[in-house]
Amino acid sequence: MPEKRLILDVKDLGIDFGGLTAVNDFSMQVYDNEIVGLIGPNGAGKTTVFNMLTKVYQPTRGIILFDGEDTAKKNVVDMNKAGIARTFQNIRLFSQLSVLDNVRTGYHNRSAYSSLTAVLRLPAYYAKEREIDENARELLKIFGLESEAENLASNLPYGAQRRLEIARALATGPKLLLLDEPAAGMNPQETEELMDMIRLVREHFKIAILLIEHDMKLVMGICERITVLNYGMMLAEGTPAEIQADPAVIKAYLGE
Amino acid sequence: MDFLSYLINGLGLGSVYAIIALGYTMVYGIAKMLNFAHGDVIMIGAYVAFFALNSFGLPLPVAIILSIAVCTVLGVTVERLAYKPLRQASSLSVLITAIGVSYFLQNAAQLLWSSSTKVFPTIIPNGGISLGGLSISYLTLITIAVCIFVMICLTLFINRTRTGRAMRACSEDKGASTLMGINVNRIISITFAIGSGLAAIAAVLLCATYPSVYPTLGAMPGIKAFTAAVFGGIGSIPGAFLGGLLLGVIEIFAKAYISTQLSDAIVFAVLIIVLLIKPAGLLGRRIREKV
Repeated sequence: MPEKRLILDVKDLGIDFGGLTAVNDFSMQVYDNEIVGLIGPNGAGKTTVFNMLTKVYQPTRGIILFDGEDTAKKNVVDMNKAGIARTFQNIRLFSQLSVLDNVRTGYHNRSAYSSLTAVLRLPAYYAKEREIDENARELLKIFGLESEAENLASNLPYGAQRRLEIARALATGPKLLLLDEPAAGMNPQETEELMDMIRLVREHFKIAILLIEHDMKLVMGICERITVLNYGMMLAEGTPAEIQADPAVIKAYLGE
Repeated sequence: MDFLSYLINGLGLGSVYAIIALGYTMVYGIAKMLNFAHGDVIMIGAYVAFFALNSFGLPLPVAIILSIAVCTVLGVTVERLAYKPLRQASSLSVLITAIGVSYFLQNAAQLLWSSSTKVFPTIIPNGGISLGGLSISYLTLITIAVCIFVMICLTLFINRTRTGRAMRACSEDKGASTLMGINVNRIISITFAIGSGLAAIAAVLLCATYPSVYPTLGAMPGIKAFTAAVFGGIGSIPGAFLGGLLLGVIEIFAKAYISTQLSDAIVFAVLIIVLLIKPAGLLGRRIREKV
């Protein structure tokens, strides 16, 4: 098997909130085009890790190398430009924007034309806007949302809102997509469809995916590697089979 | 006939309120703050236009552009120095800071240009057109036309450009916007720039109607336009437009049919009644708090 490119390399990451250490000594690697799961009991610090990776929280300790580059000085917008995009545990779409506009928002940084161009309605403005429009509709088609393009995001059914969040994140052109509990609130059939979709996204966009999920069927079904977090510390790391057999993991989840 | 001519005068006055109200509502919609110094930006705009026309003898279009430029820079600077450091502070701190900025600008104007009233030159010729028995002054016509033009431009900008889209996104969820790669600080600066530029346009229209320039000039139109913004639903751009026009019409009708002295009281009484019936304003959205 050829050596895969390392996309995300996290070393000894930690964060304190006041006197409370939320995450400590956390290390993990994500390789190109890989699907990795981050699991752990409630309150283990999984979303905190996502917030550090996207720089919503500035880590107290440790190093995040993204695509070989140190990200210590980067802020949220820089991280997005570098190629990390995410979805949220509780859906955070722009509910009063149309479905299409939600996705177009994702193209913000990939579609620079000056405001002067827009005010003067120069051809460059039309060309760029048409390009954004075509790309955005293309994305909606992949997610089966093209017929909803003009509707308000808040009027979509729940499952469609989750798909739209993924589409919006992909519009920013990420190399690594972070999914925070994508299957939350879904029924078994919807979860099944979601698994197909995540695989499709990986194939189609050639990106790596790191996901937080409580649905073990989904995690074990699509992740190639899994990292387990407990009380802000790494508990285990390995393939789904290894994790399922790990006594420490079983203990953390089920108690003794 | 009287009724129609009052209506048109009301729309003229309301157009000025609407342009000012747009500044309040845009800043509120995106920065979630009430910029009570907005009225004083109008005052600065009026002084700049006055000096450009009177002291330097510049032609009107140049004076207007200069006034817009100065107000835009002023608005962005005030945001950067006074409001940006308070991005994480409580909304009460920001509100009090805005009132402080307002007093600062008024007193700075008094110090620089004295408190005596300056007479703004006539920029729009008297007279007007008559339709049947109805006569409409050029000033009213121009004011309404400018307001409609501003409204169309702004609507196109907000709905059709990427910056406008980013503004709408920021007004809903700043955190998610940043994570989509939108520089929220930059969007807030642009919002202040547009609002303050509009304040300069309003200043010139206001001085064409009431040709006196003095340090507290912006206070009353500012508070009326704020009322208009709340009336229409603060945060909503069509709301500010509608609220401004309605407020102008109500004010002129109150003056004409009820009492000149009581007109302001009537305007504010209408506001109170509307807010009792529709707490979010005419076109405002009710924000549902999650429990």
